[in-house]
Amino acid sequence: MNMPDLAKLIFGRLTLEAIPYHEPILIGTFVAVAIGGIALLALITKHKLWGYLWSEWFTSIDHKKIGIMYMVLGIVMLLRGFSDAIMMRAQQAIAFNGNPGFLPPHHYDQIFTAHGVIMIFFVAMPLVTGLMNYVVPLQIGARDVAFPFLNNFSFWMTVAGAMLVMASLFVGEFARTGWLAYPPLSGLAQSPDVGVDYYIWSLQVAGVGTTLSGINLIATIVKMRAPGMSMMKMPIFTWTSLCTNVLIVAAFPVLTAVLVLLSLDRYVGTNFFTNDFGGNAMMYVNLIWIWGHPEVYILVLPVFGVFSEVTSTFSRKRLFGYASMVYATVVITVLSYLVWLHHFFTMGSGASVNSFFGITTMIISIPTGAKIFNWLFTMYRGRIKFDVPMLWTVGFMVTFVIGGMTGVMLAVPPADFLLHNSLFLIAHFHNVIIGGVIFGLFAGINYWFPKAFGYRLDPFWGKVSFWFWLVGFWVAFMPLYVLGFMGVTRRMNHFEDPSLQIWFQIAAFGAFLIALGIGAFLVQLWVSYKRRDELRDVTGDPWHGRTLEWSTSSPPPEYNFAFTPVIHDTDAWWDMKERNAGRRLEGYLPIHMPKNTGAGIILAGLAFVFGFAMIWHMFLVAGLAFVALIVTAIGHTFNYKRDYHIPADVVARTEAARTEELAAHV
Amino acid sequence: MSAHIESHDHHDAHDHHEHDDGHAPSTLKGYMMGFFLAVVLTAIPFWLVMDKVIPNSQTLAVVILTFAAIQIVVHMVYFLHMNTKAEGGWSMLALIFTLVMVVITLSGSIWVMYHMNSNMMPGMSHEMTEQQAKNLP
Amino acid sequence: MSDMHATPSAAVADQDVEFWMSKDHHPANGTLLGFWIYLMSDCLIFACLFATYGVLGRSYAGGPSGADLFDLPLVAVNTTMLLLSSITYGFAVLEMQKNRRGTMMAWLIVTGLFGAAFLGIELFEFAHLIHEGAGPQRSAFLSSFFTLVGTHGLHVTFGIIWLITLLFQVGRFGLTPANKRRIMCLSMFWHFLDVVWVGVFTFVYLMGVLP
Repeated sequence: MNMPDLAKLIFGRLTLEAIPYHEPILIGTFVAVAIGGIALLALITKHKLWGYLWSEWFTSIDHKKIGIMYMVLGIVMLLRGFSDAIMMRAQQAIAFNGNPGFLPPHHYDQIFTAHGVIMIFFVAMPLVTGLMNYVVPLQIGARDVAFPFLNNFSFWMTVAGAMLVMASLFVGEFARTGWLAYPPLSGLAQSPDVGVDYYIWSLQVAGVGTTLSGINLIATIVKMRAPGMSMMKMPIFTWTSLCTNVLIVAAFPVLTAVLVLLSLDRYVGTNFFTNDFGGNAMMYVNLIWIWGHPEVYILVLPVFGVFSEVTSTFSRKRLFGYASMVYATVVITVLSYLVWLHHFFTMGSGASVNSFFGITTMIISIPTGAKIFNWLFTMYRGRIKFDVPMLWTVGFMVTFVIGGMTGVMLAVPPADFLLHNSLFLIAHFHNVIIGGVIFGLFAGINYWFPKAFGYRLDPFWGKVSFWFWLVGFWVAFMPLYVLGFMGVTRRMNHFEDPSLQIWFQIAAFGAFLIALGIGAFLVQLWVSYKRRDELRDVTGDPWHGRTLEWSTSSPPPEYNFAFTPVIHDTDAWWDMKERNAGRRLEGYLPIHMPKNTGAGIILAGLAFVFGFAMIWHMFLVAGLAFVALIVTAIGHTFNYKRDYHIPADVVARTEAARTEELAAHV
Repeated sequence: MSAHIESHDHHDAHDHHEHDDGHAPSTLKGYMMGFFLAVVLTAIPFWLVMDKVIPNSQTLAVVILTFAAIQIVVHMVYFLHMNTKAEGGWSMLALIFTLVMVVITLSGSIWVMYHMNSNMMPGMSHEMTEQQAKNLP
Repeated sequence: MSDMHATPSAAVADQDVEFWMSKDHHPANGTLLGFWIYLMSDCLIFACLFATYGVLGRSYAGGPSGADLFDLPLVAVNTTMLLLSSITYGFAVLEMQKNRRGTMMAWLIVTGLFGAAFLGIELFEFAHLIHEGAGPQRSAFLSSFFTLVGTHGLHVTFGIIWLITLLFQVGRFGLTPANKRRIMCLSMFWHFLDVVWVGVFTFVYLMGVLP
């Protein structure tokens, strides 16, 4: 075998040409990332943190640490996703009157694709999963999730997916197809390069993690609730998490399947979505939206739970209409499966099909509206404290209602024929995703941060961040509604009509305000860390909370609860405080805990190699990685000793330290 | 003490709740019954199709789909031991939910795509209905 | 938060109400339920593939149709293999309940052999079709046919790999509670594949040959 053949066998279609050294923006980014990355690695090495990180975090099966790692991943990826956004806004603000802007079309198209993919899969999903991972076991009085190893594995699979997307920045290119990669554009004929393959494999790898973590959390909520916690006594965040994870398990397999079909078209030459040989591209659109619509609710349901917890805590009132909230959540869960066609009314299925899906879509606004009223009635005559989480919640209610309204407008098929694929749609879904999901995540981060780290986040910078985000959102997206009404379509690289420019400039200014909001959030993290002693939460209950997570110390011990709580009321911790339950201080028992393992990170690393090799057609490497993956997984099942006991005297010592701390701060 | 995957394995004291998850022990009678029914329910549709017993395709399709549905229930009951008590009813709930999703995905896709084909590519179907004629430009 | 500082025990509060468990609390193991939920998610993958076949299954693109290609007697033999493997897995579970390791392993091996026979026949069928020029690239119908049936076959393959792994584990560590739980999980997996196959032979093969 001669050299080129050998190189082809090993490297597939990966050559030096794949490094985009002729693109100054990418090279600049690469240099910045490389310098930052090397600095970070050097710091870790200098402070000898590798062992600590490996044994305390990377291999940890503690749901709290995994939750925090999910949040870190989400925030890091938020920076990447947002820099894509601000580049798009800047490009559209200047690309008028023959000015081509600074992003050539083939680069611009990658950016809007990457922005969508990253924001949904690697920002919103990890942040939502992170919150659920951290909070749910604490809220139900459990010591960990049902399958702790699987939890670690799921996290690292998500990281591997994110790394594949990031790799596309510097090796090869990303898809130029939009975030759902519709064929025939994403087919081999129109997109022969690696972009779509990066898209496919990053989502497949991350999707495995998401599905498994969904299964894990369902089993946790079903099986591991503390005694006395019947379904209708579960905290509302746990309820929305349960419904979310049901949706994950029901929806993500559809994504997996449809991406498999697309990759078969691309790798094997099948004819599912091609134009010839009987293929039907609209079948892809149909299937991917069967996943895509529930996905929207996967993101928003948990933050509905966050808002419910925040509203009742900061109004000092029991949540208004708990049962109706639960039923509304369940109804949304089922209905979200019956509306997918409203994303492609214009496909041409005719009046009967369109009216069915239009009506089901409008019906969803009923349970959602019921939720809004429940929150308002919870606040009504409550003693409301406008701490930062509550600010985000009120900002959400105002913003989200508008987004919901424009959603109902889009649900009317004749109106949709005019607004489809216009900037009106872009404004609508950012209105619900920023105004709903992102605001909710910030509310949740500000609310639970003291639980996770033992000190509150600085309220001043929190408020700065909130106001920049809120104002920035309105300034950035209201112009898009206007432009949408004028018929401007999405994903445009440059424009001819100069009268449109002012709206894009306003929108770009709004994006700049949002950038300040993100900056203020990072400052908030830093300032809070600096002022951690002033902001310290010794009680474990800084907001006078209502649910069980506030009954432990901040941060909670690794075993969460020295004694499993017994639940008598929906607001279990409030009930305990009302009835003077106190802490139990004697009779400690050894606590049975799962052991850390490196199997998760190793398997996910192999999955990354497999994905990367498949993208570049390095089939030899891919085969080896796949075999290694299977062998490692089998090897892991031979490990039967996955647990240990925390001795009773260690528990006693930890709890005694807490008793002392509490006594010092009465 | 918490229930982790494989976590009870060598703590004999805890093994007592191996059986409290509601899975009734299987019986030889149950398996034989299931096998017998499965064989019959497989053989009949094969016979119906191979010997062309029912000339009308549509009727035949409905009949064999019915046999398949019955056979799936047989497998669920006798081989997978589905009942309303296993895992506190959660297995059954998950199954029913999944079946609803499967029905929505299958029938929804076929419905949606059939209408698209008949509206957008009327030439492909042999007879054009009134509705399709109306939708033509 | 003066109301939550340490009190000697829960007894101070409402006398009869217990707020913290004094005993060790261990929730029931979630493995079987978790695995069942995984199977449900797998079921939806198959639902998508069935839907794709349902939509594209008559798009022959001028190529051969199901009536031209499908060899129903062969499919019947294949179905028999899978059904037999199901009942032999049942026998293995019965032996497991009686803690008879040897006979249980024997039945598992028989199950694996039936599974392998099923796979062999399927591969023979695939090879035959491809040899006739009716490969997955020929038409959307054949693409969806190969993908649906192939995905089922892939599941059987992984089932067999798992079965062999389990044989080693039972051989080495015995019928421990963990291994019993794994045998029950594989049992669910195996019977689940059977259920999917009922859908496949009805929806794909039998309905595929109808005019």
